[in-house]
Amino acid sequence: MIRFRHLLSSAALVLGCLATPGWAGPLGQASAPKPPSNDDCLACHSDPGAARANGRLVTVKPEQFGGSVHGQAGVACVDCHADLGKTAEFPHAEKLAPAQCATCHDKTVASYDHGVHAQARRSRANLTAATCADCHGSHDIKPAADPESRTHHLMLLETCGRCHGDEAIIKRGNIAIGNVVDLFRDSIHGRALIRSGLSVAPTCTDCHNSHDILRKTDAASRVFRKTIPATCGHCHEGIVRDYWTSIHGQQVHNNSPLAPVCTSCHTAHAIKRADVEGWKLDVINECGTCHEESIKTYRDTFHGQVTALGYSRVALCADCHGSHTIVPKSDPRSLVSSARVVGTCKKCHAGATSSFARYDPHGDPDNRERNPFLFYTSKFMRMLLFGVFAFFGIHTSLWFGREAQIKTTRRWRQRSRATRKGDRP
Amino acid sequence: MTVEPMAGSGQPIFVRRFDRYNRLLHGFLMLSFLGLAFTGMPLLFSHEAWAARLARLFGGFGSAGILHRLFALTMIAVFVLHLVRIGRRVFQGKDLSMLWGPSSMVPQPRDLLEMVGHIRWFVGAGPRPKFDDFTYWEKFDYWAVFWGMAIIGGSGMLLWMPEFFAHLLPGWVFNIAMIVHGEEALLAVGFIFTIHFFNGHLRPEKFPMDTVIFSGRVTLDELQHERPDQYARLIREGRLDEHVIGDAPAWVHTLGRVVGTLAVLFGLTMVGLILYAVQ
Repeated sequence: MIRFRHLLSSAALVLGCLATPGWAGPLGQASAPKPPSNDDCLACHSDPGAARANGRLVTVKPEQFGGSVHGQAGVACVDCHADLGKTAEFPHAEKLAPAQCATCHDKTVASYDHGVHAQARRSRANLTAATCADCHGSHDIKPAADPESRTHHLMLLETCGRCHGDEAIIKRGNIAIGNVVDLFRDSIHGRALIRSGLSVAPTCTDCHNSHDILRKTDAASRVFRKTIPATCGHCHEGIVRDYWTSIHGQQVHNNSPLAPVCTSCHTAHAIKRADVEGWKLDVINECGTCHEESIKTYRDTFHGQVTALGYSRVALCADCHGSHTIVPKSDPRSLVSSARVVGTCKKCHAGATSSFARYDPHGDPDNRERNPFLFYTSKFMRMLLFGVFAFFGIHTSLWFGREAQIKTTRRWRQRSRATRKGDRP
Repeated sequence: MTVEPMAGSGQPIFVRRFDRYNRLLHGFLMLSFLGLAFTGMPLLFSHEAWAARLARLFGGFGSAGILHRLFALTMIAVFVLHLVRIGRRVFQGKDLSMLWGPSSMVPQPRDLLEMVGHIRWFVGAGPRPKFDDFTYWEKFDYWAVFWGMAIIGGSGMLLWMPEFFAHLLPGWVFNIAMIVHGEEALLAVGFIFTIHFFNGHLRPEKFPMDTVIFSGRVTLDELQHERPDQYARLIREGRLDEHVIGDAPAWVHTLGRVVGTLAVLFGLTMVGLILYAVQ
């Protein structure tokens, strides 16, 4: 009863134990400190109004914990809240040590400690960075296979999105990549997940891992530049096999810092279907970021002009050069190699011949070596335009001046004549 | 001489300048030229936002391309009809006056003299030349169309049917055709929509417009003032009577003014868009 009175006088738990007068019994009888059982804890914490002095609720719903993976496995409250195992004084202090997941999940926590979230917390750069409970919950943790689990494949986007889709947290945490969840939602992967409910479609953790999430600058990361093809190739096996045979793949393999990996063209989070008009036109500019000369000359051709107007029904880069299997023109496998180029033209121009293929789809009027006839024609045309406009520009200006002057003079004369007439009586 | 200027009644006397056939051909030439310019320029300035908007207005690049070819066929038809007419007059009518002399479009030594004289007049260094039926700048306009038909029309046909023409010509010719088609089109559009418009309509003496190409006639006053040599020649040869006709119906004047104004507005708009793009 003394303990019970003490409890009543305590400001901490106001209502918690009023309804459970039998609660003090077993504890009162204990002589040596014996860890409280789950029922002991729930005696107070199951009350929906159980709260700390500052009003923060500390309720644990018995059925929720009972249904959780830990409840099912018979894990005791004090297994996680280990410091309460040695406490005899109840109600216990408000501030407890954080639950130690590592006690059981030591390997998982060790890999979490490698990850960006743990690093951000350790360096105090971002104290909102996720801990175990942010992704898994606390008393309601369900196994990932459970559709209701926060870590279920189809739920992960929402779980990660609680921070990576929240503008305020992104700003506070200085998350450089920004609102990736928004980008991802509209991507082919996001649509497959959200709209089609495809469990085989990748979610965040498929590329980033779940616990040992590493920065893309970290060579051990799955999204490290050189590793990206392998990460995508986890699903897109055939494409990546082709890619490694391409000039881009070979250069990436040889540590080129410039050659494109999957995400260079497809982006990382906002990946679009490759047959969508907008993407097909955008990727031309993507090629052009490295192949500046080629895009400049392409834009001077009919193909380049039509695509610039927003229509993709003409030859795009990949239509002639291929995409994942792209190799230099000198390689006989190349679609634009002398042996194969006519066949490539024929994809659109059914009647193409070797003479037809002597057209230069990247003709450059400023390059005398490559296109001598084009060079001189262009020079001639420019001189013709300049000559005609210069001559007639001067001709017209002089003509205008002369006629304007005559008109003003005539008007002035008429006016003065009219005035003189008016003067006469 | 039976015709007096103004004939004392105050009513203007009209002299025929262009017959109905030629006015109609010029009408179709205008229509096809404007059509070609507006359906073609979006490609040449494809990086501009207005180009994409214009292409969409024509129903996308596919239908703009079809329209471009239809206008091209119209223009080629105009060209062929004109050649046939000249051919018939020369070979059947044995009318050699079109090949040389004052009623001919063929450039002649007097054109050079008149051009120099005209420029001297611009700067106040001499009298205005006494022009005859066709002036040097009119002849330039006329032959520019011939040159344009050969260059733009020819290259256009190559680009229209590259697979066929590749049997006759090496593929790099299409590179030439592409650049020539675009640059020459820029020249034609720039010339017609500025210089030709100025010479015909916008200069102070003609402003806001000269409807002769629609009505086909000028007043005797205008003839005396602008082409004194033609007037003197017609008087000398006693042929002025043959050319005097009544005024054109009112609707012709109205149509001329509407079509002319629209053409000038569309043309100057295109010039504005081009200048906006190249500045």
